[in-house]
Amino acid sequence: MPTVRFTENIQRHLACPVRQVDGNTVREVLDNYFAANERARGYVLDDQGRLRQHMAAFVDGRQVRDRAGLSDPVQPHAVVDIVQALSGG
Amino acid sequence: MSTRCHVATRKGLFTLERGRSGWAIGRTAFLGDNCTIAMHDPRSGDLLVALNHGHFGVKMHRSRDGGATWQEIATPTYPEKPADYVPKTPVEGSPPDWSLKLVWSLAPGGADEPGVIWCGTLPGGLFRSGDGGDSWELNRPLWDDPLREEWFGGGADYPGIHSICVDPRDSRHVVIGISCGGVWHTGDGGQSWQTAGSGLRAEFMPPERQFEPNVQDPHRVAQCRANPDVLWVQHHNGIFRSTDAGASWQEFTGVQPSVFGFAVAVHPADPDTAWLVPATKDEKRCPTDGRVVVNRTRDGGRSFQTLRKGLPQEHAYDLVFRHALDVDETGERLAVGSTTGSLWLSEDGGDSWQTLSSNLPPIYAVHFEQ
Repeated sequence: MPTVRFTENIQRHLACPVRQVDGNTVREVLDNYFAANERARGYVLDDQGRLRQHMAAFVDGRQVRDRAGLSDPVQPHAVVDIVQALSGG
Repeated sequence: MSTRCHVATRKGLFTLERGRSGWAIGRTAFLGDNCTIAMHDPRSGDLLVALNHGHFGVKMHRSRDGGATWQEIATPTYPEKPADYVPKTPVEGSPPDWSLKLVWSLAPGGADEPGVIWCGTLPGGLFRSGDGGDSWELNRPLWDDPLREEWFGGGADYPGIHSICVDPRDSRHVVIGISCGGVWHTGDGGQSWQTAGSGLRAEFMPPERQFEPNVQDPHRVAQCRANPDVLWVQHHNGIFRSTDAGASWQEFTGVQPSVFGFAVAVHPADPDTAWLVPATKDEKRCPTDGRVVVNRTRDGGRSFQTLRKGLPQEHAYDLVFRHALDVDETGERLAVGSTTGSLWLSEDGGDSWQTLSSNLPPIYAVHFEQ
């Protein structure tokens, strides 16, 4: 099962602990994570379900390419990192 | 007379309180966070603030104990954009994204509709809550109006609704101001909308389009509580007033030191008295000659008095944004906040001012509790 980790900076606003959730794509993994933490969805994705402009996502260290559709594949033992981009600083 | 004033800044919310010895900052909240607007609801006592986190988006918070504690509440959210939607090209710039960029204005509904709150946003959506902010709904009649797609940003990449005036006589009558989309109003609580009438002038447009209602850039629209048919507008290129609820507008020219500015406030009991904070137009945007002044009219715009007692008159480059001037319900107490973190208060209708701070973060909005 993939592991999801969040930037430390988001923890000031709401708790986003490391969790293992099912999913074969970034979208599926995040949807499953947000199912138990709905408030976090709006911190990471915008109104249209895209990765927020100043957020970045990585799968095993590789930057996610499909920021709108989040269709990048996720292997069963992958680690998904959700971080804030320096561009939004 | 108001004894509390909320100051929304780039780095948090500061609440001024007036004790026996005068005004002082009594409370600080959201220190470090970008607080774009604050609202006190006189019906419920609730406080609402909007934060704009650079990375995590816009969030709303509410306090039901005067600011002692806060809870995050629902954020206005734009609906899913239809897959086959083809946007029009606006007058300037690109079609707006269907995604919340900024909460720019908050206004309680009427006394007869507890829980109703209006919320103006970038990129041009007007939201309404019927439950004190627990949920929000985009006003579709306005959003779906073909003219809305012609709005464009003024100083921002997207258009935004910055002014919301709810008629105290009839809560269904709401006037809003848009940069840039002019002044609009509804008479049926938002089921249908119309642009305001003639007289507003957009100097920045080609001559044949300067009087189109939908291209105007009213920086701020202020309504007189005692006579809600009187509306004052500090416009991008002038000062305007309507005495017929926006059906027609009169422009005041030649006002010194400038007709440019962002903010305007109107006396709640006297439609002929209004305050503005002039600045050098348009690309410079700082006080004329480095002197901060407030202009006041007491005769409906026939004459303006330039007030400066207690305000910095040398090398001052404070700009006052559109929500950073407010007047309390008596018309005697005024607050002005600046982009360089200066905060001034007056207790005599603007005749004299005291400096509360020169070191706050950039100030976006000041708001007296009623």
